[in-house]
Amino acid sequence: MSNVLVLIEFSPRGEIAASARGLLAAAATLGSPVAVVVSATPLADDDVARLGELGAAGIYSAVTAAAGTVLLAPAVDALSGAVDAYEPAAVLAANSVDGREAAARLAVRVGGSVLADVVHVHNGNGTVVAQHSVFGGAYTVESVVEGGLPILTIRQGAIEGQAPTVQAELKTVSLGSNAEGVVLIDGFHDDPAGSARPELRSAATVVSGGRGLGSSANFVLVEQLADTLGAAVGASRAAVDAGYVAQTAQVGQTGVSVSPQLYIALGISGAIQHRAGMQTSKTIVAINKDEDAPIFDVADFGIVGDIFTVVPQLIEAVKARSN
Amino acid sequence: MKIVVLVKHVPDTAEERKLDLATGQLDREATGGVVDEINERALEAALRIKDSNKGTEVVAMTMGPEGAAQALRKALSMGADSGVHIVDDSLSGADTGRTAATLAAALRSTGFDVVLAGNESTDGRAGVIPAMLAEHLQLPLLGSLISAEIADGAVSGVRQGEGGTLDIHTGLPAVLTVTERFPEARFPNFKGILTAKRKPVTTLSASRLGVQAPVSRTVVISTVERPPRPAGRKLIDDGTAANELAEFLVANRLV
Ligand SMILES: Cc1cc2nc3c(=O)[nH]c(=O)nc-3n(C[C@H](O)[C@H](O)[C@H](O)COP(=O)(O)OP(=O)(O)OC[C@H]3O[C@@H](n4cnc5c(N)ncnc54)[C@H](O)[C@@H]3O)c2cc1C
Repeated sequence: MSNVLVLIEFSPRGEIAASARGLLAAAATLGSPVAVVVSATPLADDDVARLGELGAAGIYSAVTAAAGTVLLAPAVDALSGAVDAYEPAAVLAANSVDGREAAARLAVRVGGSVLADVVHVHNGNGTVVAQHSVFGGAYTVESVVEGGLPILTIRQGAIEGQAPTVQAELKTVSLGSNAEGVVLIDGFHDDPAGSARPELRSAATVVSGGRGLGSSANFVLVEQLADTLGAAVGASRAAVDAGYVAQTAQVGQTGVSVSPQLYIALGISGAIQHRAGMQTSKTIVAINKDEDAPIFDVADFGIVGDIFTVVPQLIEAVKARSN
Repeated sequence: MKIVVLVKHVPDTAEERKLDLATGQLDREATGGVVDEINERALEAALRIKDSNKGTEVVAMTMGPEGAAQALRKALSMGADSGVHIVDDSLSGADTGRTAATLAAALRSTGFDVVLAGNESTDGRAGVIPAMLAEHLQLPLLGSLISAEIADGAVSGVRQGEGGTLDIHTGLPAVLTVTERFPEARFPNFKGILTAKRKPVTTLSASRLGVQAPVSRTVVISTVERPPRPAGRKLIDDGTAANELAEFLVANRLV
């Protein structure tokens, strides 16, 4: 079976990033997954075990003092080393800030092409076929790479399931560090994330708030409904611009694309750019006091009403039923 | 200092954008074209440097069909000094690899201290062109910035990562990409619109630049349109709507 490389990212706290599960699951449908990992010290046993649990048959562990102080260059060097070592059929990275920059540089360095923001992969007679959800899900497009290595960035949260657990075979290499023309990291600041809530991109339920909330104090209403439903919190760009909530919560054209079982839009008009990030949700609920708000065009259940009246009632009604 | 700002002429996101189902390519007839908003923010960042340092030269560069010249005109009317338009029929349908190889050649020919771009376009959304350029040009990339400080010889900025922000820095020349956290762009004023007509625009073609299409390329094999969502229920709240919604959620096992 051919090898498929997977770039593994770490969370700011040093844990294997949540994207690893979906990436390894996608890789396992194409071949034998090999995790490519960059770290400053040799990979901890726990991480080796965890990657095997998530389906990594091999681990290419690149150790370099530059990890953590030099932005991304070590990851690209590690990937290109692993391409030489494993002659993979494809390389997968998260469609994250780091993942896509690494994928892009690798494509130029090794003569490949990037299939970007992939939501599904399959093996079509030996060819890696990538599926994309384009223009907010209005189109489903399939694409392949001809004449070079397919390098895929996988939309976070899009791949469900987990690859079968295996015993990972560890290969450790030490990476030289090139101090020329690199970007240096001077400091890191954790997002003040409501970490108790599910992650927006993979949550089964998302409750989003818009400009209709009126203030960051009022935005608590969105969080209260989210917590009642065990949901992630999202927002419109207007709510982000107004400072009600962090930019990472933005759903839409230039924010996160979500496709949960249930999406609830509170005080969001439903501009086409917002719909582009949520209209593939399985069930959509909207509460808005403007009867003509375009969000109702995509809503399975719409309430024309005031969120400050309806949402507290809804929280009570849901609590009453779940008792 | 010479700053080249990459601008892309894209379909207006405020309209319903369409793909040609036969080719999988953008249907340019379906929507009006605009300068991608993120590129306007990148241009604004360059113009602010020019505002405080008159020695700064700002060049707007675009690759795209004839109509993309509109994007350059807008950039010139906002305050860019000159434009570069890379246009020829052989570039029609170029993928990211081809686009990056062509833009890299054009950037080599114009020269620059800083390349400024948006973190991702609203049509392609791949977000890979700036990093591909940086690799072609063997330059550092400061990507996904929420703020930047560009001085002679060095640049620092704050990068929005997945779980937080990073303070980063490097030397010049370098490639930078901005996110939506950068300030909105200025509107062209009357004087800007008038002087834009006299500003130089250089036209380049792939053959003049001497770039070959990369051997590796992406090919679209199918394009399918999603069926529209069926209409749902809409209640006017009379005090009972919240209860009905709770019933609906329970009935559909959503709570
Ligand atoms: C290039 C580009 C990219 C963009 N990307 C995004 C994106 O990623 N995500 C995004 O969301 N937007 C995006 N936008 C912005 C988008 O066009 C809209 O401006 C934005 O989505 C509006 O947010 P909103 O619905 O919260 O605000 P508004 O449009 O102002 O709507 C507020 C709504 O709240 C309702 N309301 C007010 N008070 C109450 C109340 N008490 N009870 C019930 N309802 C109430 C109003 O009736 C109104 O419908 C983008 C725009 C551009 C140009």
